Amino acid sequence: MFGLCGLSVVVVFGMLLLIIVFIVIEGAGVISWDFLTEMPRDGMTAGGIMPALVGTLLLAVGAIIFALPLGVLAAIYLNEYSREGKLRRWIRMGINSLAGVPSVVFGLFGLALFVNLLDFGMSLLAGSLTLGLLVLPIIIRATEEALKTIPMSFREASLAMGATRWQTTIKVVLPAALGQILTGVILAIGRAAGETAPILFTAAVFYMRVLRVGLMEQVMALPYHIYALMTEGIHPEEQEAMAYGTALVLMVLVLLINGVAIWMRIRSRKIKKW
Amino acid sequence: MKRNRESFVKTILAVFAVLSLVFLAGILITLLSQSLPFLGEYNFGEFLTGDQWYPTQEEFNEETGEWEEAPRFGLLPLLWASVYVTLMALIIAIPMSLGSAIFLAEIAPPWLRDVVKPIIELLAGIPSVVFGFVGMVLIGPFLKDLFDIPIGLCGLNAAIILAFMAYPTITSLAEDAITAVPNDIREASLAIGANRWETMSRVVLPAARSGIYSSIILGFGRVVGETMTVLMVAGGGTAITLNPLKPIRPMTATIALEMGEAVQGGVHYHALFMLALVLLVITLGFNLLAERIKRRSSLRAR
Repeated sequence: MFGLCGLSVVVVFGMLLLIIVFIVIEGAGVISWDFLTEMPRDGMTAGGIMPALVGTLLLAVGAIIFALPLGVLAAIYLNEYSREGKLRRWIRMGINSLAGVPSVVFGLFGLALFVNLLDFGMSLLAGSLTLGLLVLPIIIRATEEALKTIPMSFREASLAMGATRWQTTIKVVLPAALGQILTGVILAIGRAAGETAPILFTAAVFYMRVLRVGLMEQVMALPYHIYALMTEGIHPEEQEAMAYGTALVLMVLVLLINGVAIWMRIRSRKIKKW
Repeated sequence: MKRNRESFVKTILAVFAVLSLVFLAGILITLLSQSLPFLGEYNFGEFLTGDQWYPTQEEFNEETGEWEEAPRFGLLPLLWASVYVTLMALIIAIPMSLGSAIFLAEIAPPWLRDVVKPIIELLAGIPSVVFGFVGMVLIGPFLKDLFDIPIGLCGLNAAIILAFMAYPTITSLAEDAITAVPNDIREASLAIGANRWETMSRVVLPAARSGIYSSIILGFGRVVGETMTVLMVAGGGTAITLNPLKPIRPMTATIALEMGEAVQGGVHYHALFMLALVLLVITLGFNLLAERIKRRSSLRAR
């Protein structure tokens, strides 16, 4: 029976490997420097994915700019300033629930609030805010975990020297936790870069003739590009080739981002300074 | 003075922390405000019990002699598709996940665990659209040839892909639950002569069961809300079917597919928000349930 348990790992990893190798083999032929740096041409059948690459980076960075300060401050409250009680339980429940909201529901929320009510239209701004909400729980949890690993003695030493709680938090606790917070931020970037449903109605556009960058401009994005290539347009076969290339780029990008975060975490555990 | 400033800082921080609750409430209020008009535009009983989803259907009116819009917004085929494909995915994922969790918690040497766990975490990070793509180009043709069906985009295809996406969640949480079982329980069982597997199946797993249940419930919540994979590979048919090789269309896919065409403020638009509300209630319900089971078990353990 224990052998079967081991087998389940082998089966899942084997299929995972199969998927990755398949995308790499099929996608590698499509990828070139031009594919990464050119605009799409000829009704998406030729050219490159540069605007989608740029759009994905902008969306991910925008989401972080929005979610990072909110998330860090919320985590500081939860771990440094509050005691166990009703309010904290409620906030925790809110964060957990927010983390469980389906991504397409975030998309509808963004559509109703940012696109329509606040009249941002389909734009980088609306998409970034929607994705920011989606990654907020990730950042709060990561920051809280990071703050928890800082020994109490650090805080006590600082408070004993006459520093206020806020000074202690800003000058002692946060710097010590910075590395781990960064790990959480990188994971959040990876998540934001790969999400499709939240930007479907808030930011993403299928095709751009010229690259326009601005908060109120629509963007192309890698995940949406894959979806659009596979389901829209009038040249399914040529588009599928482009989709292989795009899928490879997105997969490598996200695996790289997450890999860096996981590696940083493992390393920081090994060389813990205190 | 210093004291005042500190309490001011604390208040500001509390406001930021409460924002998560505000956002959650905002999402609920937004969905409610956009879906409540639907109650006035369409019979809610028909929505809950209707077995047809045809948002753009027209009917011939004999009296006026004109074609009139007669949309059908029946929840059942979409709800059924969501539940059906999720259950199929879990049937595939649960044995794999539990096997892997037992392997990681009880059998694997530490070095192997240190290799396998980060890879599972990486698997969890692969974007759903990439999984959907794989379902379209790899699993679809495979199923098509295997079962000799016209297209490979169907419930089974979606379930296979979704099982992959549920696997990391269930595996890592179930592993935590198994690891949390105290060692003296294992030793007591081994000491009275049970072998390792008997100890595992009769002692450790029952002791870890609430954590395992909660991992499965969380997996359900995760999978039922998945959008891109089911949108790309489930096929899109709106007939209620038990056949895993038939195309189906879960709620998430319907929202994503039709929101682009729905006229803002129209009945179709409101109907899609109502679908999202149903989806949100289901996922939040399962989340809270999972948390409750977990908390109750940790209280009991104490």
